[in-house]
Amino acid sequence: MKQANRKVIPIQPVPGGNLPPEQRLAVQAAVQANRDQPGNLLLVLHAVQDRLGFVPPDAVALIAFELNLSRAEVHGVVSFYHAFRTAKPGRHVLHLCRAEACQSVGAAALEAHAKKSLGVDFHGTTADGAVTLEPVYCLGNCALGPALMIDDKLCGRVTPARFDQFVADMRA
Amino acid sequence: MRSIAENDLGTPARESAKQVTLIIDGRSVSVPEGTSVMRAAALADLKIPKLCATDQLEAFGSCRLCLVQIEGMKGYPASCTTPVAEGMKVTTQNGKLAQLRRGVMELYISDHPLDCLTCPANGHCELQDMAGAVGLREVRYGYEGDNHVHKYVPGKGEANPRFVAKDESNPYFTFDPSKCIVCSRCVRACDEQQGTLALTIQGRGFDSKVSASVAESFLESECVSCGACVQACPTATLTEKSVIAKGQAEHSEITTCAYCGVGCSFRAEMRGEEIIRMVPNKDGHANHGHSCVKGRFAIGYATHKDRITKPMIRAKISDPWREVSWDDAIAYAASEFKRIQGQYGRDSVGAITSSRCTNEEVYVVQKLVRAAFGNNNVDTCARVCHSPTGYGLKQTLGESAGTQTFDSVMKADVIMVIGANPTDGHPVFASQMKRRLRQGARLIVADPRRIDLVRTPHIEAAHHLSLRPGTNVALINSIAHVVVTEGFVNEDFVRARCDLASFDKWRIFVSQERHSPEAMQDVTGVPAAEVRAAARLFASVPNAAIYYGLGVTEHSQGSTMVMGIANLAMATGNVGREGVGVNPLRGQNNVQGSCDMGSFPHELPGYRHVSDDVARGAFEAEWNVKLSPEQGLRIPNMFEAALDGEFKGLYVQGEDIAQSDPNTQHVTASLSAMECIVVQDLFLNETAKFAHVFLPGSSFLEKDGTFTNAERRISRVRKVMSPKSGVGEWEATQKLANALGYPMNYTHPSEIMDEIARLTPTFHGVSFDKIDRLGSVQWPCNDAAPEGTPLMHVDAFVRGKGRFLVTEYVPTTEKVNAKYPLILTTGRILSQYNVGAQTRRTENLAWHSEDRMEIHPHDAEVRGVVEGDWVGVTSRAGDTVMRAHLTDRVQAGVVYTTFHHPFSGANVITTDNSDWATNCPEYKVTAVEVTRVSQPSEWQKRYREFSDRQQELLRAAVTDVSVK
Ligand code: SF4
Ligand code: SF4
Ligand code: SF4
Ligand code: FES
Ligand code: FES
Repeated sequence: MKQANRKVIPIQPVPGGNLPPEQRLAVQAAVQANRDQPGNLLLVLHAVQDRLGFVPPDAVALIAFELNLSRAEVHGVVSFYHAFRTAKPGRHVLHLCRAEACQSVGAAALEAHAKKSLGVDFHGTTADGAVTLEPVYCLGNCALGPALMIDDKLCGRVTPARFDQFVADMRA
Repeated sequence: MRSIAENDLGTPARESAKQVTLIIDGRSVSVPEGTSVMRAAALADLKIPKLCATDQLEAFGSCRLCLVQIEGMKGYPASCTTPVAEGMKVTTQNGKLAQLRRGVMELYISDHPLDCLTCPANGHCELQDMAGAVGLREVRYGYEGDNHVHKYVPGKGEANPRFVAKDESNPYFTFDPSKCIVCSRCVRACDEQQGTLALTIQGRGFDSKVSASVAESFLESECVSCGACVQACPTATLTEKSVIAKGQAEHSEITTCAYCGVGCSFRAEMRGEEIIRMVPNKDGHANHGHSCVKGRFAIGYATHKDRITKPMIRAKISDPWREVSWDDAIAYAASEFKRIQGQYGRDSVGAITSSRCTNEEVYVVQKLVRAAFGNNNVDTCARVCHSPTGYGLKQTLGESAGTQTFDSVMKADVIMVIGANPTDGHPVFASQMKRRLRQGARLIVADPRRIDLVRTPHIEAAHHLSLRPGTNVALINSIAHVVVTEGFVNEDFVRARCDLASFDKWRIFVSQERHSPEAMQDVTGVPAAEVRAAARLFASVPNAAIYYGLGVTEHSQGSTMVMGIANLAMATGNVGREGVGVNPLRGQNNVQGSCDMGSFPHELPGYRHVSDDVARGAFEAEWNVKLSPEQGLRIPNMFEAALDGEFKGLYVQGEDIAQSDPNTQHVTASLSAMECIVVQDLFLNETAKFAHVFLPGSSFLEKDGTFTNAERRISRVRKVMSPKSGVGEWEATQKLANALGYPMNYTHPSEIMDEIARLTPTFHGVSFDKIDRLGSVQWPCNDAAPEGTPLMHVDAFVRGKGRFLVTEYVPTTEKVNAKYPLILTTGRILSQYNVGAQTRRTENLAWHSEDRMEIHPHDAEVRGVVEGDWVGVTSRAGDTVMRAHLTDRVQAGVVYTTFHHPFSGANVITTDNSDWATNCPEYKVTAVEVTRVSQPSEWQKRYREFSDRQQELLRAAVTDVSVK
């Protein structure tokens, strides 16, 4: 019965009808894999973000429809967690630590340098699509601040010069 | 903003057998266990400051303004989330608490505009009140910091990224985020009260703000404009546009919604005779402080410029209208009726009463027919909706009414909805039903169309029996077959409560293999396994309740289906207690009442047959006149007789038969054949275009009286403004009776109710005084039940033993074939009401500006129809044109439309078929063909010409007078 209900196309416009097909498939796969788990909404959102790197705004209606929630509910959760990104990120994501230990060894200056040299604010992506800048609060690398993380790689004692080098590598 | 007349106790009432006593600020208070400290204090007249709490919603505990001190407890617990305990000692005010509260308020106010004097909530804002209550005198943080208030960053020219402009998209209320304190009362109201969950808090911390759906405008969002959030908002953030335009009300009056059969109680908030806004009454027994978009907002029609307030007459319908005095209009109508009766006989005239009018108004019209016309030619628009309910339930259970209160649904374990669309037709009850479903009750929906309830956030029907239109009886027989053959009959109940001979006959009948789900699946289109599973679910829980609507009654076998439903409820023992029952969802506000009041040609008030000498004798004695024992004409018989030249005069009370009745062309031909039609209405409706006398009616805001809702609940309608026409509707009827030579001398509607009570056993105990005292009463209300009867058939059925009736399925004669391959079925939507005479004259058009025809994508594809195309819809009765909407809500082979706009002419296509027992028309099944077209139908062209001409005749009348 449940299955039968899921196949129906609801009233126009079809939820998620604006999603490009590959995104639509990714969302549907994420829903399929997690639908019957408790707390399925968070699992689905994480799965979508893992596959696509972000949660496309148009996916909200589809996820809401599939999990039988309101669009508002899904939006509330997506927007509550900083972990969920709603715009396509750059090829690399750079997390810059803003927490106390790093602040005490020059993180603020590094932050200013990062924003200026990349020409973006936090959560922004450089015009060439190479780098997305994200804030983070403590990477557990306090002894080696200022710290940052490029994709999954942790880096310590970052100076503006080293920062520029990392960026150049990412753009290469 | 909540009502100016209501006191907010902070958290909802709790029910418990156990009382708990505690001391608050030295006062001893006893409250039911589970009550919050805040509510206990409020009940002792102690006011604890609060912002995020309101007694319509569960406590949330976010604002921290309601802190108190409790002996033996650490810190400062929030009184809204702390339940009372025996012997607790609570302090609500002291220096420390005052300091903490001021601190909280300071934070709120530092991010809030300081334009109280010009704010629409001024005088009724909880934030303002709390600032006063905690004695806020200064804001140390200043107003220049990070904020949501200013469009530009203070001191600099740049835009403030946190500022969000007002959302004025909803026609009835605005959302001004700069005033929001993020208490989330609106979000919780949409969740808990309405159950739509259209709102959320977006983001977190200082970034958090209220968002409708995905940061959409309210109009585009999932919002259905019920207004619960507006009522819950403590500030001016969500405010009615009428309050913004006019200011606060200064007094309020309790009255009853005049739209649907839920019968919501409202406080009309007034300034003098001007209505400021409608606020659902927290103490309303049917709605408990909730409402829908119609009742709360769609009242603009009452003061619409189209309203006609002067009586008018004309000799022929091709003549221009002439405005005349009330006396002249009444004298003309009376002389015409007398002339017609003299010329064509006593039975050549009659009347149609309206389910929109009050009990008292309906009663005087049927009295006029019986006493002054001297015949029984009175019928009501309930004929076209719920007459099979009256007949079917009377035959089986013994009373022509639903068995429960609405609140009973909160005890149901399985809810079966048949041929009803509660979220659109009975929205406030639907919200309650959804609440119960979210608590875990299971849902079975039997409907050809996938109505919202089948799957809507947090609700999913266990079974959707998507049957073919017109096969209800086949389906109910299959369900009964499963109940009987699989041993689900509640034998004890049946033995104790029902007529066994009839039961045995029925049991043998439904056990026959030909009724099995397998045998019937080709007829109903519902897979047998699905029917079996649904039947088992229904029959295996302690409490199963059936709710049904016009999808049951408006069929050639409407009465049979009602009996089938009653059979099923009796066989499974689901009658006579809370959580169960047979519940017709009445369409119009006073369908129940107009039926109770004797608006049928065969029944006197209280459902007593006109041939019953005792009953008739009582009326003859009271009315001082001889009454006819002969049954009169039903609406369709009146039309037939008119075409035969035997029926010439008709008095139509507030009903639009030319639009609402099936086969419009047949109706209009009949109307054209009459010599005197008197229409009493607010507007020059479709029927009035055929009338000779127009008597201006009054809206529900202009009259005293009572309405009876779907739960038999009699509630007061109260006059909040004088009738625009100067004469109340009952007075006009009384004048007409007097002019016809039958004296009527009521001075107030309460006297009419007193007469009804004297003459009707089920109403013996009803009076305006009692309703005023109790808020509302459910009939039967008499010596046996002085405070009314919420549940019927508790120990025994009204007729004694419950009677089972054999319900043979007979397919309708309205069949699909190659020429008419699709079935058209009709329904309605949330924002519009019936023929739309009222709602079309309000801003509700924002949601539904035209009727559209829903068609399944497959059927559309075969016909080359795409979304929004104009399509011609042709039936054996007629044709019309409307726009197509492609959706798989309807099954392939079925098309669906609403009938809220006259130009759509949905009833031009519906046919003359009707219920075998009651003549209730078969609106729900019409064989049609659909084709793409580029222009309106012939009927629509003729309609437009005729309609334009009639509007001209009306304008001519107005100019005529102004020249004088
Ligand atoms: S008006 Fe009703 S449906 Fe709309 S957001 Fe407010 S509570 Fe929800
Ligand atoms: S809109 Fe009103 S009810 Fe909703 S969070 Fe803001 S202040 Fe509270
Ligand atoms: S649910 Fe019905 S009675 Fe209640 S406000 Fe809406 S239309 Fe009026
Ligand atoms: S504070 Fe930067 S890594 Fe811990
Ligand atoms: S009223 Fe108790 S925390 Fe807001």
